[in-house]
Amino acid sequence: MTFDYIVQQLINGISIGSIYALIALGYTMVYGIIKLINFAHGDVFFVGAYTGYFAAKAGLGLILSLVLAMVVCGVLGVIIERLAYKPLRNAARIVILITAIGVSFLLENLGITFLGPQAQGFPEIVKKTDFTLFGGVVIDSIQIIVLVVTVILMAVLQYIVHRTKIGKAMRAVSYDMEAARLMGINVDSTISATFAIGSALAGAAGVVFAVMYPSVDPLMGIIPGLKAFIAAVLGGIGIIPGALVGGLLLGVVETGVQSIPGMSLWRDGVAFGILILILIFKPTGLFGKNVREKV
Amino acid sequence: MLAVKDINVFYGAIHALKGVSLDVKEGEIVTMIGANGAGKSTILKTLSGLLKPQSGSIEFLDKPIHGKVAQDIVKRGLVHCPEGRRVFANMSVEENLELGAFLRKDKKGIADDMASVYKRFPRMLERSKQLAGTLSGGEQQMLAMGRALMARPKLLLLDEPSMGLAPLLVREIFNIIQEINQTGTTVLLVEQNANMALSIAHRAYVIETGKIVLTGAAEELASSEEIKKAYLGG
Repeated sequence: MTFDYIVQQLINGISIGSIYALIALGYTMVYGIIKLINFAHGDVFFVGAYTGYFAAKAGLGLILSLVLAMVVCGVLGVIIERLAYKPLRNAARIVILITAIGVSFLLENLGITFLGPQAQGFPEIVKKTDFTLFGGVVIDSIQIIVLVVTVILMAVLQYIVHRTKIGKAMRAVSYDMEAARLMGINVDSTISATFAIGSALAGAAGVVFAVMYPSVDPLMGIIPGLKAFIAAVLGGIGIIPGALVGGLLLGVVETGVQSIPGMSLWRDGVAFGILILILIFKPTGLFGKNVREKV
Repeated sequence: MLAVKDINVFYGAIHALKGVSLDVKEGEIVTMIGANGAGKSTILKTLSGLLKPQSGSIEFLDKPIHGKVAQDIVKRGLVHCPEGRRVFANMSVEENLELGAFLRKDKKGIADDMASVYKRFPRMLERSKQLAGTLSGGEQQMLAMGRALMARPKLLLLDEPSMGLAPLLVREIFNIIQEINQTGTTVLLVEQNANMALSIAHRAYVIETGKIVLTGAAEELASSEEIKKAYLGG
């Protein structure tokens, strides 16, 4: 195994890993604020991919397709929260978790009913060109776009969460909902904003994923959704930088395993193995601290 | 300023407040004393909109506020500094103070108030970039009070500000409460430390199992044999 080969696998791993990271952010933000694993999140990703598909077919370019998918998914996220989760705000957590699984099935089956179960080819909105970096290491234009999109969205998210009023409200609500209310923060609209942002990121991830693996189908969100869930748990669920690191790490490990001759079928197995190991040995994730309460 | 009439509050099937009535006049420090679980915090939570009374009325500045959501009540100038401080430990001191002014839009006024909070609590200025979770208990109490002041309260509800603090700090906190009151903020104070509370308050209410059992001028209550026996340790 040469150095070039390793660098190449690293590049491939980082590009799929950034997609996992984008989806994982939505999981982690929603968990951070209402302690719900939103299992419908992977299906928001598929809606984003389809929005991109229709936009691209209508002749919109990459950036417009991305923006449109983010808007559609952001609105979808808010609708899901308002209709399915908000009425259960005071219910037991298992109730809302099961509801999330129900919403996931609903979206998948609506997709199959109205869009058909077959995969559709994604129009070529980005011309794939290879750039040779050094030796045999190649990066293609789509991988570059994935990285650029991820970096920009991360920067925007970081700005929103740390510098804006709504971001501060989100952090306050996720830390202590009742105290946030006493500050005059509207908790319901803060939760909606969190769903909107997380879902918009999943929508963007859906589009870049469909550009990279040029096809869409209504069940395409299941595996990336689960992988992103693993990434979020790996990094420490509820912790935003954790989702980023978890996503990239998972992408790299997966690609690494796949690149070992004879091991390519172990890719998903290793990903789920990581989930099991994390849950056994460090359930709070890499960035998670054991919560100690100061009295 | 505040008129509470005959409110009843339930936690599920538990009847937590049974027909509580009280009033607070502008410029006063009014204290509520009583044993653990008597319903003092429940009264404050009902006033600030975290709990809804099943019946009865709450008027603040001559307008009904019962049934309003917490943010509307904060906007009117009724601000609740909760028991246990409840600072946002994952955010800096400065961010905590900014959140106190969440509903305000007057940038200049917010900056002025931030400066006066720092003047009142110099320790907060020293630690403005530090995470609130790293502060000591006394500092967290100061931060919680500073954060509440950032909302420009007309009426400040303080729930157990002396809880878990060393005696010297308790004295300091009570001095600050008096100062806050003297600069024009009306205070409704809930305390376990009845001695201290009665020493700075104008009037007091005594709560027992969800009912007000006694009320009067703070000095009178402090010298009443009954109160001494039940709440002042002798």
